[in-house]
Amino acid sequence: MKDIIDLFTVFFQMGAFTFGGGYAMLPIIQEEIVNKRNWASNEEVIDYYAIGQCTPGIIAVNTATFIGYKRKGIIGGIIATLGLVSPSLLIITVIARFFRHFQDYKIVQHAFGGIQAAVVALIVSAVIKMFKQSVKDNLGLVLFGLAFLAVAFFSISPIIIIILAGLAGTIKSKYFDIKENR
Amino acid sequence: MLYLKLYFVFLKIGLFSISGGLATLPFLQEIVNKYGWITSEELLNMIAISESTPGPIGINAATFVGHNTAGIFGGLLATLGMITPSIIIIIIIAHYFSKFSEDAMVQSAFYGIRPAVTGLIGAAGFQVARITLFNLDKYTNTKKVMDIFQLKGIVLFGLVLYLVNKFNKHPIIYLLGAALVGIAFKY
Repeated sequence: MKDIIDLFTVFFQMGAFTFGGGYAMLPIIQEEIVNKRNWASNEEVIDYYAIGQCTPGIIAVNTATFIGYKRKGIIGGIIATLGLVSPSLLIITVIARFFRHFQDYKIVQHAFGGIQAAVVALIVSAVIKMFKQSVKDNLGLVLFGLAFLAVAFFSISPIIIIILAGLAGTIKSKYFDIKENR
Repeated sequence: MLYLKLYFVFLKIGLFSISGGLATLPFLQEIVNKYGWITSEELLNMIAISESTPGPIGINAATFVGHNTAGIFGGLLATLGMITPSIIIIIIIAHYFSKFSEDAMVQSAFYGIRPAVTGLIGAAGFQVARITLFNLDKYTNTKKVMDIFQLKGIVLFGLVLYLVNKFNKHPIIYLLGAALVGIAFKY
Protein backbone atom coordinates (compact mmCIF):
# COMPACT_ATOMS: atom_id res chain seq x y z
CA MET A 1 0.00 0.00 0.00
CA LYS A 2 2.82 2.38 0.82
CA ASP A 3 4.26 1.82 -2.66
CA ILE A 4 0.93 2.70 -4.25
CA ILE A 5 0.59 5.92 -2.24
CA ASP A 6 4.18 6.73 -3.12
CA LEU A 7 3.46 6.27 -6.84
CA PHE A 8 0.42 8.52 -6.60
CA THR A 9 2.22 11.34 -4.75
CA VAL A 10 5.28 11.29 -7.01
CA PHE A 11 3.17 11.60 -10.14
CA PHE A 12 0.85 14.12 -8.50
CA GLN A 13 3.90 16.29 -7.88
CA MET A 14 4.94 15.85 -11.51
CA GLY A 15 1.52 16.88 -12.75
CA ALA A 16 1.61 19.95 -10.51
CA PHE A 17 4.97 21.16 -11.83
CA THR A 18 4.97 20.24 -15.51
CA PHE A 19 4.57 23.45 -17.49
CA GLY A 20 4.09 23.08 -21.22
CA GLY A 21 3.82 19.50 -22.38
CA GLY A 22 5.39 16.12 -21.93
CA TYR A 23 9.00 17.11 -22.59
CA ALA A 24 8.90 19.57 -19.69
CA MET A 25 8.22 16.60 -17.42
CA LEU A 26 11.61 15.09 -18.17
CA PRO A 27 13.77 17.00 -15.65
CA ILE A 28 11.40 16.00 -12.82
CA ILE A 29 11.29 12.37 -14.02
CA GLN A 30 15.09 12.26 -14.01
CA GLU A 31 15.21 13.63 -10.48
CA GLU A 32 12.33 11.70 -8.88
CA ILE A 33 12.25 8.41 -10.78
CA VAL A 34 15.89 7.88 -11.79
CA ASN A 35 18.08 9.65 -9.20
CA LYS A 36 16.02 9.54 -6.03
CA ARG A 37 14.04 6.31 -6.28
CA ASN A 38 15.81 4.17 -8.85
CA TRP A 39 12.48 3.03 -10.29
CA ALA A 40 13.88 3.13 -13.83
CA SER A 41 17.19 3.88 -15.52
CA ASN A 42 17.71 6.94 -17.69
CA GLU A 43 17.74 4.71 -20.75
CA GLU A 44 14.45 3.07 -19.79
CA VAL A 45 12.85 6.49 -19.38
CA ILE A 46 14.00 7.43 -22.89
CA ASP A 47 12.57 4.15 -24.23
CA TYR A 48 9.19 4.77 -22.57
CA TYR A 49 9.21 8.26 -23.96
CA ALA A 50 9.86 7.00 -27.48
CA ILE A 51 7.01 4.49 -27.20
CA GLY A 52 4.71 7.09 -25.63
CA GLN A 53 5.42 9.37 -28.55
CA CYS A 54 4.36 6.77 -31.14
CA THR A 55 1.24 5.46 -29.41
CA PRO A 56 -2.15 7.15 -29.04
CA GLY A 57 -2.67 9.49 -26.12
CA ILE A 58 -0.78 12.26 -24.39
CA ILE A 59 2.95 11.59 -24.00
CA ALA A 60 3.08 12.56 -20.33
CA VAL A 61 0.17 10.22 -19.55
CA ASN A 62 1.70 7.38 -21.56
CA THR A 63 5.04 7.75 -19.78
CA ALA A 64 3.34 7.80 -16.37
CA THR A 65 1.35 4.64 -17.17
CA PHE A 66 4.54 2.93 -18.35
CA ILE A 67 6.57 3.74 -15.24
CA GLY A 68 3.64 2.90 -12.94
CA TYR A 69 3.12 -0.45 -14.67
CA LYS A 70 6.79 -1.32 -14.40
CA ARG A 71 6.71 -0.54 -10.69
CA LYS A 72 3.40 -2.11 -9.60
CA GLY A 73 1.65 -3.78 -12.54
CA ILE A 74 -1.76 -2.75 -13.83
CA ILE A 75 -2.80 -1.02 -10.59
CA GLY A 76 0.50 0.87 -10.62
CA GLY A 77 -0.11 2.08 -14.17
CA ILE A 78 -3.57 3.33 -13.30
CA ILE A 79 -2.53 4.98 -10.02
CA ALA A 80 0.48 6.77 -11.55
CA THR A 81 -1.73 8.16 -14.31
CA LEU A 82 -4.45 9.28 -11.91
CA GLY A 83 -1.76 10.97 -9.82
CA LEU A 84 -0.46 12.81 -12.87
CA VAL A 85 -3.85 14.18 -13.92
CA SER A 86 -5.21 15.02 -10.45
CA PRO A 87 -3.53 18.46 -10.16
CA SER A 88 -4.94 19.41 -13.58
CA LEU A 89 -8.41 18.38 -12.46
CA LEU A 90 -8.18 20.42 -9.27
CA ILE A 91 -6.52 23.51 -10.75
CA ILE A 92 -8.60 23.72 -13.91
CA THR A 93 -11.84 23.11 -12.04
CA VAL A 94 -11.05 26.00 -9.68
CA ILE A 95 -10.09 28.24 -12.60
CA ALA A 96 -13.16 27.30 -14.63
CA ARG A 97 -15.38 28.10 -11.63
CA PHE A 98 -13.80 31.26 -10.31
CA PHE A 99 -11.08 32.70 -12.53
CA ARG A 100 -12.33 32.61 -16.08
CA HIS A 101 -9.79 35.24 -17.04
CA PHE A 102 -6.93 33.64 -15.17
CA GLN A 103 -4.38 34.25 -17.92
CA ASP A 104 -5.26 37.96 -18.09
CA TYR A 105 -3.89 38.64 -14.61
CA LYS A 106 -0.57 40.48 -14.85
CA ILE A 107 0.91 38.51 -11.97
CA VAL A 108 0.15 35.21 -13.76
CA GLN A 109 1.76 36.44 -16.97
CA HIS A 110 4.93 37.58 -15.16
CA ALA A 111 5.23 34.36 -13.16
CA PHE A 112 4.73 32.36 -16.31
CA GLY A 113 7.32 34.42 -18.19
CA GLY A 114 9.87 33.55 -15.51
CA ILE A 115 8.85 29.89 -15.42
CA GLN A 116 9.28 29.54 -19.19
CA ALA A 117 12.89 30.73 -19.05
CA ALA A 118 13.57 28.19 -16.28
CA VAL A 119 11.83 25.43 -18.24
CA VAL A 120 14.20 26.03 -21.16
CA ALA A 121 17.21 25.80 -18.81
CA LEU A 122 15.89 22.61 -17.19
CA ILE A 123 15.23 20.99 -20.56
CA VAL A 124 18.72 21.93 -21.80
CA SER A 125 20.30 20.35 -18.76
CA ALA A 126 18.08 17.24 -19.08
CA VAL A 127 19.03 16.91 -22.75
CA ILE A 128 22.73 17.16 -21.87
CA LYS A 129 22.34 14.26 -19.42
CA MET A 130 20.38 12.23 -21.98
CA PHE A 131 22.93 13.02 -24.67
CA LYS A 132 25.78 11.62 -22.58
CA GLN A 133 23.90 8.37 -22.12
CA SER A 134 22.28 7.86 -25.48
CA VAL A 135 24.81 9.11 -28.04
CA LYS A 136 27.53 6.48 -28.12
CA ASP A 137 29.01 6.71 -31.62
CA ASN A 138 28.89 8.66 -34.88
CA LEU A 139 25.58 7.11 -35.90
CA GLY A 140 24.08 8.33 -32.64
CA LEU A 141 25.45 11.81 -33.23
CA VAL A 142 24.01 11.91 -36.75
CA LEU A 143 20.60 10.66 -35.58
CA PHE A 144 20.55 13.20 -32.76
CA GLY A 145 21.37 16.04 -35.15
CA LEU A 146 18.92 14.97 -37.84
CA ALA A 147 16.07 14.48 -35.36
CA PHE A 148 16.73 17.91 -33.87
CA LEU A 149 16.79 19.66 -37.25
CA ALA A 150 13.79 17.75 -38.59
CA VAL A 151 11.55 18.80 -35.72
CA ALA A 152 12.98 22.25 -34.99
CA PHE A 153 13.04 23.53 -38.56
CA PHE A 154 10.96 21.25 -40.77
CA SER A 155 8.07 20.20 -38.46
CA ILE A 156 8.41 16.55 -39.47
CA SER A 157 6.29 14.19 -37.37
CA PRO A 158 8.22 12.71 -34.41
CA ILE A 159 6.68 9.31 -35.17
CA ILE A 160 8.38 9.14 -38.58
CA ILE A 161 11.69 10.13 -37.00
CA ILE A 162 11.46 7.45 -34.31
CA ILE A 163 10.58 4.73 -36.85
CA LEU A 164 13.47 5.74 -39.14
CA ALA A 165 15.92 5.91 -36.21
CA GLY A 166 14.82 2.44 -35.10
CA LEU A 167 15.45 1.14 -38.61
CA ALA A 168 18.87 2.79 -38.70
CA GLY A 169 19.81 1.14 -35.40
CA THR A 170 18.62 -2.26 -36.61
CA ILE A 171 20.39 -2.02 -39.97
CA LYS A 172 23.62 -0.94 -38.31
CA SER A 173 23.69 -3.84 -35.88
CA LYS A 174 22.71 -6.32 -38.56
CA TYR A 175 25.21 -5.35 -41.23
CA PHE A 176 28.05 -3.52 -39.52
CA ASP A 177 28.44 -4.93 -36.01
CA ILE A 178 28.56 -8.65 -36.77
CA LYS A 179 32.07 -9.07 -35.43
CA GLU A 180 31.80 -6.54 -32.67
CA ASN A 181 30.92 -7.57 -29.17
CA ARG A 182 28.52 -5.04 -27.85
CA MET B 1 -26.47 10.86 -20.67
CA LEU B 2 -24.40 13.97 -21.22
CA TYR B 3 -21.81 12.48 -18.86
CA LEU B 4 -21.54 9.33 -20.97
CA LYS B 5 -21.28 11.35 -24.13
CA LEU B 6 -18.51 13.49 -22.65
CA TYR B 7 -16.64 10.37 -21.59
CA PHE B 8 -16.81 8.77 -25.03
CA VAL B 9 -16.08 11.92 -27.02
CA PHE B 10 -12.90 12.41 -25.01
CA LEU B 11 -12.09 8.72 -25.19
CA LYS B 12 -12.08 9.14 -28.94
CA ILE B 13 -9.80 12.17 -28.67
CA GLY B 14 -7.41 10.22 -26.42
CA LEU B 15 -7.39 7.39 -28.91
CA PHE B 16 -6.68 9.46 -31.99
CA SER B 17 -4.37 12.21 -30.81
CA ILE B 18 -0.86 10.87 -31.22
CA SER B 19 2.30 12.62 -30.02
CA GLY B 20 1.58 15.57 -27.84
CA GLY B 21 -1.18 17.65 -26.33
CA LEU B 22 -1.39 20.05 -29.25
CA ALA B 23 -2.48 17.11 -31.41
CA THR B 24 -5.79 17.35 -29.56
CA LEU B 25 -6.51 20.79 -31.00
CA PRO B 26 -8.22 19.72 -34.24
CA PHE B 27 -10.51 17.47 -32.19
CA LEU B 28 -11.39 20.29 -29.81
CA GLN B 29 -12.24 22.42 -32.82
CA GLU B 30 -14.56 19.63 -33.90
CA ILE B 31 -16.28 19.79 -30.51
CA VAL B 32 -16.95 23.46 -31.11
CA ASN B 33 -18.49 22.77 -34.50
CA LYS B 34 -20.33 19.55 -33.82
CA TYR B 35 -21.54 19.63 -30.22
CA GLY B 36 -21.53 23.33 -29.37
CA TRP B 37 -20.29 22.55 -25.85
CA ILE B 38 -17.96 25.52 -26.08
CA THR B 39 -17.65 28.48 -28.44
CA SER B 40 -14.59 29.25 -30.57
CA GLU B 41 -13.76 32.14 -28.29
CA GLU B 42 -13.98 29.96 -25.20
CA LEU B 43 -11.71 27.45 -26.93
CA LEU B 44 -9.01 30.08 -27.48
CA ASN B 45 -9.35 31.31 -23.91
CA MET B 46 -9.15 27.73 -22.70
CA ILE B 47 -5.99 26.96 -24.69
CA ALA B 48 -4.33 30.04 -23.20
CA ILE B 49 -5.30 28.86 -19.70
CA SER B 50 -4.17 25.28 -20.39
CA GLU B 51 -0.79 26.51 -21.53
CA SER B 52 -0.22 28.74 -18.52
CA THR B 53 -1.22 26.24 -15.83
CA PRO B 54 0.73 23.15 -14.80
CA GLY B 55 -0.22 19.73 -16.15
CA PRO B 56 -0.41 18.21 -19.62
CA ILE B 57 -2.21 20.60 -22.01
CA GLY B 58 -4.53 17.88 -23.34
CA ILE B 59 -5.67 16.99 -19.83
CA ASN B 60 -6.20 20.61 -18.87
CA ALA B 61 -8.29 21.11 -22.01
CA ALA B 62 -10.39 18.01 -21.30
CA THR B 63 -11.10 19.12 -17.72
CA PHE B 64 -12.02 22.60 -18.90
CA VAL B 65 -14.42 21.55 -21.66
CA GLY B 66 -15.98 18.87 -19.46
CA HIS B 67 -16.49 21.32 -16.61
CA ASN B 68 -17.91 23.92 -18.95
CA THR B 69 -20.40 21.43 -20.32
CA ALA B 70 -21.51 19.51 -17.24
CA GLY B 71 -19.87 20.84 -14.09
CA ILE B 72 -17.34 19.10 -11.84
CA PHE B 73 -18.33 15.56 -12.84
CA GLY B 74 -18.24 16.60 -16.47
CA GLY B 75 -14.62 17.67 -16.03
CA LEU B 76 -13.79 14.44 -14.25
CA LEU B 77 -15.44 12.21 -16.86
CA ALA B 78 -13.91 14.04 -19.82
CA THR B 79 -10.47 13.61 -18.26
CA LEU B 80 -11.05 9.95 -17.45
CA GLY B 81 -12.22 9.42 -21.03
CA MET B 82 -9.08 11.07 -22.34
CA ILE B 83 -6.72 8.85 -20.33
CA THR B 84 -8.57 5.53 -20.76
CA PRO B 85 -7.06 4.61 -24.15
CA SER B 86 -3.54 5.48 -22.92
CA ILE B 87 -3.89 3.31 -19.84
CA ILE B 88 -5.16 0.29 -21.79
CA ILE B 89 -2.78 0.57 -24.73
CA ILE B 90 0.34 1.34 -22.68
CA ILE B 91 -0.34 -1.45 -20.17
CA ILE B 92 -0.56 -3.95 -23.04
CA ILE B 93 2.62 -2.59 -24.63
CA ALA B 94 4.45 -2.41 -21.30
CA HIS B 95 3.52 -6.04 -20.64
CA TYR B 96 5.13 -7.20 -23.88
CA PHE B 97 7.94 -4.69 -23.75
CA SER B 98 9.21 -6.13 -20.49
CA LYS B 99 9.42 -9.51 -22.25
CA PHE B 100 11.03 -8.29 -25.46
CA SER B 101 13.23 -5.48 -24.20
CA GLU B 102 16.22 -7.86 -23.92
CA ASP B 103 15.70 -9.08 -27.47
CA ALA B 104 18.71 -8.22 -29.68
CA MET B 105 16.54 -6.77 -32.43
CA VAL B 106 14.61 -4.52 -30.02
CA GLN B 107 17.86 -3.47 -28.37
CA SER B 108 19.42 -2.44 -31.68
CA ALA B 109 16.29 -0.52 -32.71
CA PHE B 110 16.37 1.43 -29.45
CA TYR B 111 20.09 1.94 -29.91
CA GLY B 112 19.09 4.15 -32.84
CA ILE B 113 15.92 5.53 -31.27
CA ARG B 114 17.51 6.88 -28.06
CA PRO B 115 19.73 9.53 -29.68
CA ALA B 116 16.85 10.52 -31.97
CA VAL B 117 14.48 11.00 -29.00
CA THR B 118 17.18 13.09 -27.33
CA GLY B 119 17.20 15.24 -30.47
CA LEU B 120 13.38 15.48 -30.41
CA ILE B 121 13.37 16.72 -26.84
CA GLY B 122 16.17 19.13 -27.65
CA ALA B 123 14.03 20.48 -30.48
CA ALA B 124 11.03 20.87 -28.17
CA GLY B 125 13.26 22.89 -25.83
CA PHE B 126 14.43 24.94 -28.79
CA GLN B 127 10.82 25.81 -29.69
CA VAL B 128 10.21 27.15 -26.17
CA ALA B 129 13.56 28.98 -26.29
CA ARG B 130 12.59 30.64 -29.56
CA ILE B 131 9.57 32.24 -27.88
CA THR B 132 11.11 32.88 -24.47
CA LEU B 133 14.69 33.93 -25.20
CA PHE B 134 14.44 35.40 -28.70
CA ASN B 135 12.05 37.70 -30.42
CA LEU B 136 12.43 37.25 -34.17
CA ASP B 137 9.15 39.01 -34.96
CA LYS B 138 10.28 42.22 -33.35
CA TYR B 139 13.59 42.03 -35.25
CA THR B 140 11.75 41.60 -38.55
CA ASN B 141 9.86 44.81 -37.83
CA THR B 142 12.65 46.98 -36.46
CA LYS B 143 15.77 45.38 -38.05
CA LYS B 144 17.75 46.14 -34.91
CA VAL B 145 20.04 43.24 -34.03
CA MET B 146 19.54 43.81 -30.30
CA ASP B 147 15.82 43.22 -30.70
CA ILE B 148 16.48 39.56 -31.51
CA PHE B 149 17.33 38.86 -27.88
CA GLN B 150 14.98 38.98 -24.93
CA LEU B 151 17.59 39.99 -22.39
CA LYS B 152 15.54 39.30 -19.25
CA GLY B 153 14.70 35.79 -20.42
CA ILE B 154 18.29 35.05 -21.43
CA VAL B 155 19.66 36.24 -18.08
CA LEU B 156 17.25 34.06 -16.11
CA PHE B 157 17.89 31.12 -18.46
CA GLY B 158 21.66 31.44 -17.94
CA LEU B 159 21.28 31.81 -14.20
CA VAL B 160 19.06 28.72 -13.84
CA LEU B 161 21.34 26.65 -16.10
CA TYR B 162 24.34 27.66 -13.99
CA LEU B 163 22.55 26.87 -10.70
CA VAL B 164 21.24 23.51 -11.99
CA ASN B 165 24.75 22.39 -12.89
CA LYS B 166 26.30 23.74 -9.72
CA PHE B 167 23.81 22.61 -7.07
CA ASN B 168 21.67 19.95 -8.72
CA LYS B 169 18.64 20.73 -6.54
CA HIS B 170 15.12 19.58 -7.31
CA PRO B 171 13.70 21.12 -10.54
CA ILE B 172 10.66 22.39 -8.63
CA ILE B 173 12.89 24.76 -6.63
CA TYR B 174 14.09 26.42 -9.82
CA LEU B 175 10.55 26.67 -11.21
CA LEU B 176 9.26 28.35 -8.06
CA GLY B 177 12.28 30.65 -7.91
CA ALA B 178 11.80 31.61 -11.55
CA ALA B 179 8.12 32.37 -10.96
CA LEU B 180 9.10 34.76 -8.15
CA VAL B 181 11.82 36.39 -10.27
CA GLY B 182 9.25 36.70 -13.06
CA ILE B 183 6.80 38.50 -10.78
CA ALA B 184 9.45 40.72 -9.17
CA PHE B 185 11.01 41.84 -12.47
CA LYS B 186 7.86 41.82 -14.62
CA TYR B 187 8.84 39.15 -17.14
